[in-house]
Amino acid sequence: MSSTPSPGKELPNEHYLNATYGIRSWLFTTDHKRIALLYLASVTFFFFIGGAFATMIRIHLLTPSGYLVTPETYNKLFTMHGVAMIFFFLIPSIPAVLGNFLIPLMIGAKDLAFPKINLLSWYIYLVGGSFVLYSFATGGLDTGWTFYTPLSSVYSNSAVTPAVIGVFINGFSSILTGLNFIVTIHTMRAPGMTWFRLPLFVWAHYATSIIFILGTPVIAITLLLAGLERMFHLGFFNPALGGDPILFQHLFWFYSHPAVYIMILPSMGVISEVIPTFARKPIFGYSFIAGSSIAIAVIGFFVWAHHMFLTGQSPYAALTFSLLSYLVAIPSAVKVFNWTATLYKGSISYDTPMLYALGFIGLFLIGGLTGLFLACLGLDIHIHDTYFVVAHFHYIMVGGAVMGYVGGLHFWWPKITGRLYPEFLARIAAVTLFVGFNLTFFPQFILGYLGMPRRYHSYPPEFQVLNVMSTAGASILALGYLLPMIYLVWSMRYGKIAGRNPWPATGLEWQTASPPMTENFDVTPEVTWEPYDYNNRPELGLPVKGGPSLTPAHGDD
Amino acid sequence: MHRTGELYGQFQTMEQQRETASLGMWIFLVTEVLFFGGMFMTYTLNRSTYPDVFGEASKSIDLTLGAINTVVLIGSSLTMAMSVWASQVGKKQLVTIFLIATLVLGSVFLGIKGVEYHQKFVEHHVPGLSFSFEPGASIATNAHAQLFFSLYFAMTGLHALHMIIGAGLLLWLIKQSMRGRFTPQYNTPVELVGLYWHFVDIVWIFLFPLLYLIDRH
Amino acid sequence: MSEHHIVSPKIYFAIFGALMLGTILTVVAAKIDLNQYFSGLNIIVALFIATCKASLVVLFFMHGKYSPKRTQLVIICSIFWLAILLFMTMSDYISRPWS
Repeated sequence: MSSTPSPGKELPNEHYLNATYGIRSWLFTTDHKRIALLYLASVTFFFFIGGAFATMIRIHLLTPSGYLVTPETYNKLFTMHGVAMIFFFLIPSIPAVLGNFLIPLMIGAKDLAFPKINLLSWYIYLVGGSFVLYSFATGGLDTGWTFYTPLSSVYSNSAVTPAVIGVFINGFSSILTGLNFIVTIHTMRAPGMTWFRLPLFVWAHYATSIIFILGTPVIAITLLLAGLERMFHLGFFNPALGGDPILFQHLFWFYSHPAVYIMILPSMGVISEVIPTFARKPIFGYSFIAGSSIAIAVIGFFVWAHHMFLTGQSPYAALTFSLLSYLVAIPSAVKVFNWTATLYKGSISYDTPMLYALGFIGLFLIGGLTGLFLACLGLDIHIHDTYFVVAHFHYIMVGGAVMGYVGGLHFWWPKITGRLYPEFLARIAAVTLFVGFNLTFFPQFILGYLGMPRRYHSYPPEFQVLNVMSTAGASILALGYLLPMIYLVWSMRYGKIAGRNPWPATGLEWQTASPPMTENFDVTPEVTWEPYDYNNRPELGLPVKGGPSLTPAHGDD
Repeated sequence: MHRTGELYGQFQTMEQQRETASLGMWIFLVTEVLFFGGMFMTYTLNRSTYPDVFGEASKSIDLTLGAINTVVLIGSSLTMAMSVWASQVGKKQLVTIFLIATLVLGSVFLGIKGVEYHQKFVEHHVPGLSFSFEPGASIATNAHAQLFFSLYFAMTGLHALHMIIGAGLLLWLIKQSMRGRFTPQYNTPVELVGLYWHFVDIVWIFLFPLLYLIDRH
Repeated sequence: MSEHHIVSPKIYFAIFGALMLGTILTVVAAKIDLNQYFSGLNIIVALFIATCKASLVVLFFMHGKYSPKRTQLVIICSIFWLAILLFMTMSDYISRPWS
């Protein structure tokens, strides 16, 4: 294998990880990079909790009658899986870990605009998480992650109240993160870092933050009202007392539909960084990818009632929301076309992050296109609340968001830790994940289309073959998640030194040491180049046009 | 991050720091608009569903106290604005005086609010088991009136909570101001708390007609 | 946006006067039965006056009039998104053919 093109093969003497020592230096840190690592540990914790519930669900569904748990426990399992995964893993995952770590580095700032608020949002996350764990530990809740009233506010006997309080509190963590990002991107950019020189990862996070600040307050107040209703027997959403349960759903989905874009947009941002790096080409249609992020965030607020086609809402409103839902396909397709156009005639190398990125495109395509099925009012009535929906949103959230998250972790791991992971193992893990994922969720499309409803603890025997396939896939998928856990942790100590810019890539974050120092840059950088200029940056170790191609640095060269 | 004087380490200039803080406050207020927005949505739907009962229930609230409170709160916004002005022109003593005036008016507002709550409590208008709108009212009327009062307490309660937080911020500002910290060069905290205080005022400007002034003719 | 705009106390007191006037107006308007002329006119007038008062607070007390364009955009966004929430949700309730 060729030698790494990056200069310097030793860790810097002082960096953010060894600048100070001791537990206090972590718990009271205001360094965005350390807070990102605190988030990394916490979201990983919730990922494994949610994953454990998922495992139990899949084992239970091995047989038509279900042999692992009682129906009541099954209801709790899928609810707790959803709550842990959505509110405590997917929503904070990329923004709070990678976004937190990278946004200041990418725009050439010393830190986020409000470092203390950044730390505060992590603590709020912990407090919210503790309430939810308390709910899980005291019997769990069985309302579904959607907390629909009046089930959640009147009829459920499970531990709904602490879970609602936990999710309510956690909302403020999201709000503060979003606020911090927006203000940082507006006011903390280095000289020369104009809006259209920002990495697309930053654009994606700007769009995500718009949803954070405009959507999250609405779910916070909605859950507050539902919680008050449960605690004091009020009637906001309880039809027996004159309230309106569909109003809860409107308010809930006003946030929770855009929240889907909170999960997928940052992932798209990761993909927009990875693809030009390993295709060694400027990204195609920069401004269109940037604009489509904003468009997805904005249009995402006009489509929420497509979750409610079967609630008894007005058919005219349903038609309008159905039509508007199709509009989201346009900016999403703009992104996919631009990524594929970037690949065209690129000098592609199939490194691990690239495998995730390519996997993302394929899975997101399936997830997105089946989303159009569901946006279609007529068809949705047929497949509403079936496994088709389950498969669709797992293609977006796991195939899309989690693929992007794991791919992004690999891509920036050398920056975060200063070390490379073993490339061969990582490629195997990426392929395992892809295969396991498809085997788990593709059969669910068929199951749903054939009519298997979601959220049931048993199913007719003719669905068993596909369910067994799905469970088999889930065990492969689990392996695919454990593998990176092991070798990434291993590489923190034993991995090869990465150097500043191992791939190499053009982003500003690659021009400081790996790991970076506490203040990110020796001197505030001045940006004089255009983004993703992979053809004209030989000083980064990139080949000039017509020159010899190069191989990225690998941990097991 | 190290701090030099009033300049925090992540910023290059005071101007950048001021702009950042101000933008941060505005964005926070946007989240507040949508936070209250969910409640206003619940109010809108329920009022449009039960216009008559909402009118009846609204008449039972003390209009005089509500109107006085509106005047008091707008007055406190004026004194808050004046303290921002005083800090901009460097009249350090006036800053403190206007801040104290704002705090006093805010406390008067909360006091009057307490009197109103007490009235409602005595009248059994607090939602819950002992809620009873009017003797002889039908079960449906009672339930719908209870919806009105649930919203009344939720909305004014959340508003009052914001006032209390605001009062805490004012206390802190007064302490800083007595040390002479706010000058024409550095008065961002006064300005930001001012923005917050005016926002709380705006919420009340909408709550007053929506809760107190239904069917008063 | 660099220099800080200082609003004179005269303007503050004038705005305060206008707000007081608005408060009196809104109480007086509520005492008159406007609904007999046009159904729902009372609430429309009440909300119109409240919006005017709120605008005065935003523009002058909160210096919205003198703020950078970016801040003004933020203000407009908050109103726009509140409108999405209110109008899109109500669009469902007012268009139900069975009610």
